[in-house]
Amino acid sequence: MNAPARLAVVGFALALAGALATAVLDLPAAAVDLPAAVAENLSTSGVEHPVTAVLLNFRGYDTLLEIAVLLLALLGMLAVAKPEAVAPEPSAADPMLRFLASVAVPLMILAAGYLLWAGAHRPGGAFQAGAVLAAAAVLLHLAGRLPAWASPSRMLRLGLVGGFLIFLAVAAALLAQGALLRYPPAHAGALILLIEAGLTLSLGLILAGLFLVLARRPASPRAGVGEEGKS
Amino acid sequence: MSLAFDALLALALLWSAWRSLATPDLTRAVVMFIVFGLLMALAWARLDAPDIALAEAAIGAGLTGALLLDALGAFGERRGGDRP
Repeated sequence: MNAPARLAVVGFALALAGALATAVLDLPAAAVDLPAAVAENLSTSGVEHPVTAVLLNFRGYDTLLEIAVLLLALLGMLAVAKPEAVAPEPSAADPMLRFLASVAVPLMILAAGYLLWAGAHRPGGAFQAGAVLAAAAVLLHLAGRLPAWASPSRMLRLGLVGGFLIFLAVAAALLAQGALLRYPPAHAGALILLIEAGLTLSLGLILAGLFLVLARRPASPRAGVGEEGKS
Repeated sequence: MSLAFDALLALALLWSAWRSLATPDLTRAVVMFIVFGLLMALAWARLDAPDIALAEAAIGAGLTGALLLDALGAFGERRGGDRP
């Protein structure tokens, strides 16, 4: 790119940044005090942590659609992935990485369980726990302990959609209440824990799937991946 | 003290974002992106948003970084085995 064009791009970017900053600073104060509204209704939400209350109770349908979008993304990848291009058998990684995986993965599963449980009363929750599970699966794959998913088995498919199906089933069962995902306060805590447990497992599988479905790789030049995994 | 830390964090964020975009070396760009994600998680924690900090560290830095590294590996193979 020549100098005048580069200057123009930089100038445009600076102008855009300035306009955005001005717009943000000019925003009027919110008309509805949402934090106060959340704090007021927190006792009926079934959980004690306001973020989880918003994500799983007050705005539960947002989370329902989020998991649907993630599932769709993975379905799209499964549709375009060529099964024959995947090397199904895991290949040997170096011993350090394998040792690290065998030490870290049980701890990561434990941490995921803790995050899921902690989501009810402190920062944590299904998305974070699912991400930790997915990272454990990716680590296992890089260490050569977990094969790439050439074509997902029936159990795996069930696991992938399970969280979404549980969420949908709860939403459908509660439709008689007249509003989408309005839990009865007495059972809200248990229902949220059920949904979050399903979401954790499915999210872990889906996020790991984003990595493992396209992990097509012949067995021999895989050494480079092991090196990069450590960096 | 905390102001100095915040200023340092903001500068490091801008620097890592710039390095990640401007460097011609793809491997370095990916590593700088992961560094940026971790710093971003710190920034969220400093802003009293530990939920977002957790999600950023796990998804933004961890999973996305792993995906990008995997993509780099795939590129390297397609070019005949040498690393980019």
